[in-house]
Amino acid sequence: MGGQGAGEQVVGEYGTGVHGALLQVSDLRVEIATRRGIVRAVDGVSLEVPSGEAVGLVGESGSGKSMTLRAIIGVLPPEARVTAGQIMLDGIDLTQLSNAQLNKIRGPKIAMIFQEPMSALNPVMRVGQQIAEGPQVHLGMNRAQSAERALELMRRVGIPDPERRFRSFPHEFSGGMRQRVMIAIALSCEPSLILCDEPTTALDVTIQDQILRLLAKLCRESGTSLVFVTHDLPVVAQVCHQLAVMYAGKIVERGTVQEVLTEPSHPYTLGLVRSAPDVDHPRSSLVAIPGSPPSLISPPSGCRFHPRCKFAEEDCTVIEPSLRLLDSGRATACLHFERCLEAVRAEGADR
Amino acid sequence: MSTQQAVTADLQPSGEAGPLLAATGLSVSFQLGSALMARMRHEAHVLHAVDGVDLHIERGEALALVGESGSGKSTLARALAGLQRPDSGEIRMDGKLLPARRSRSDQRKIQMVFQDPYSSLNPRMTVGGMLHELLRVHHIVAGNEVESYTRELLGLVGLTEEAVHAYPRQFSGGQRQRVAIARALALRPELLVADEPVSALDVSVQATILNLLQDLRAELGLTLLLISHNLAVVRHLCDRTAVMYLGRIIEVAPTETLFARPRHPYTAGLLAAIPRMTFAAEGDAPAVQGDPPSPLRIPSGCRFRTRCPLAQPICEQEDPALTSSASDPAHSAACHFAFASVPPQRRPAVDERTTS
Repeated sequence: MGGQGAGEQVVGEYGTGVHGALLQVSDLRVEIATRRGIVRAVDGVSLEVPSGEAVGLVGESGSGKSMTLRAIIGVLPPEARVTAGQIMLDGIDLTQLSNAQLNKIRGPKIAMIFQEPMSALNPVMRVGQQIAEGPQVHLGMNRAQSAERALELMRRVGIPDPERRFRSFPHEFSGGMRQRVMIAIALSCEPSLILCDEPTTALDVTIQDQILRLLAKLCRESGTSLVFVTHDLPVVAQVCHQLAVMYAGKIVERGTVQEVLTEPSHPYTLGLVRSAPDVDHPRSSLVAIPGSPPSLISPPSGCRFHPRCKFAEEDCTVIEPSLRLLDSGRATACLHFERCLEAVRAEGADR
Repeated sequence: MSTQQAVTADLQPSGEAGPLLAATGLSVSFQLGSALMARMRHEAHVLHAVDGVDLHIERGEALALVGESGSGKSTLARALAGLQRPDSGEIRMDGKLLPARRSRSDQRKIQMVFQDPYSSLNPRMTVGGMLHELLRVHHIVAGNEVESYTRELLGLVGLTEEAVHAYPRQFSGGQRQRVAIARALALRPELLVADEPVSALDVSVQATILNLLQDLRAELGLTLLLISHNLAVVRHLCDRTAVMYLGRIIEVAPTETLFARPRHPYTAGLLAAIPRMTFAAEGDAPAVQGDPPSPLRIPSGCRFRTRCPLAQPICEQEDPALTSSASDPAHSAACHFAFASVPPQRRPAVDERTTS
């Protein structure tokens, strides 16, 4: 599975080796034990998040994007476990830490924003208290200081009338406001990394627009890094600079958002981009990806996408492609990425 | 405008020229909790989910109903399909008034496809069993043709004949939605109402269902009412679009007109709020500020005024009616300034942090 042709190099087992990355995930593997067998939900994922950057992780349901995120912060479901790999945050390997040690890191170093704020917030605790809890526990603030901080955070995330809303319960908030509370909690201990798991999927489009702008702005101001998981490509483009596309537990393409979305080098990315209707440029018909995502108990041999791929050749069924670096600095896990790029360019010329 | 058209439909009882379906002054409301509690909270006791809606659907067209959650789009669709009894207003099909209790043959004419194909199919019945039952109960085809008609239906939605003996759990989400569409089409409906048919599906599967709906329209000349919050899907599939906000239709226009020249500030905001593939959020001011008000505390005057960048004193006092444009009668909007030659000055966009 070596590189073919000039200007390529095989990305090693330990990623591209970017130094100075805040978070470096190398060869992460997560397995879930089920009655039908072992599901390899995450199968050798390497990912770097530079300090102050936002990285998007995109894929369909079952691609392993959420499991990767949960493995980073150590909140995997009980039947899932990390079987291999390293998760280095600021020089500490998170996979080696006990739960008690992780608890010290969750909050001041990493925070997470979930998709459904109603199930992530404590329904019987006042919203202000929930925001103030982190600073009390991790930053050693007293009640008055932490309450002051909570009010300031509520103001920052755009919750109107924070003095009154401080004493409200989550059920008294709208979906968008609850997500603002989640963001305030995530920011409360000034973490260097925030993980977002589909934070706007449950929201209406106007509210989604507000939350995305807020997130982008807060991260820009505070220099916080983001890992943003979503299935929605345009949403990623609003917040992230870097993008990794996952399919069946593996990263299949990685690069800047602009590059990956306008000129996909992996047929799966191309399929995702072509199958979604575009608001501004309606097409006469959509190009769907045939078939459905594979089972992760017994994934297809070779390239996992080959049964659904229109560029697939004989070798795709045998050789398992690894991520390789292209000239432009992005990485693709397709043996025939030139053909994919050619198809994209030909299409561009047609327009 | 739809009032006018509903009246003309009245004059031609079964005329093909009139709209297939016309609703006039349709209202649906729900009683919530006790009147006392509501008064203590300064909220209305009755939730007006759909509040005096006029809407018509021409034969063969695809009409989209878009809006945020709580805008009443699903309730309106359910009322049109006869699944929800309206409080007031009338629904006419081919000019004939549909009673609150519909006859079986009237019921048959409007079929629905629901959002979640995991909960809308009977898990204990095979696909064949489901379709056979429907065909027999409604006497769609002669007894000896049930089998062949079932196979034909499955072929129409792109499923193989083996699907006849399969249970819903054996299908993926996209295939289940195909079964749901086959079930709806089995009764040869005049109107197919699809309530968020693709939002529960993965991106790559959504396209196959959207293409199927498009093909079915071309093949069968199906009239489609699509309820969706996804404006890209709407633009792809529908001829005409109606935008709902807090139980009212606030703008109706041919889809291309609506997307090119939205007249209602809410529609404009909704279109601007859609995340674009290549467009990174510029500036911090969102397209539409604030949360939609609770349907229990509907603002006086124009319902959108609390979030509207153009709001003027008149908007607080007068509820704008849905009026059509003088130059383009197919385009209507419920805004005092929708078709004004000089629209009022936009309020400067407020920074997120100072929004209140």
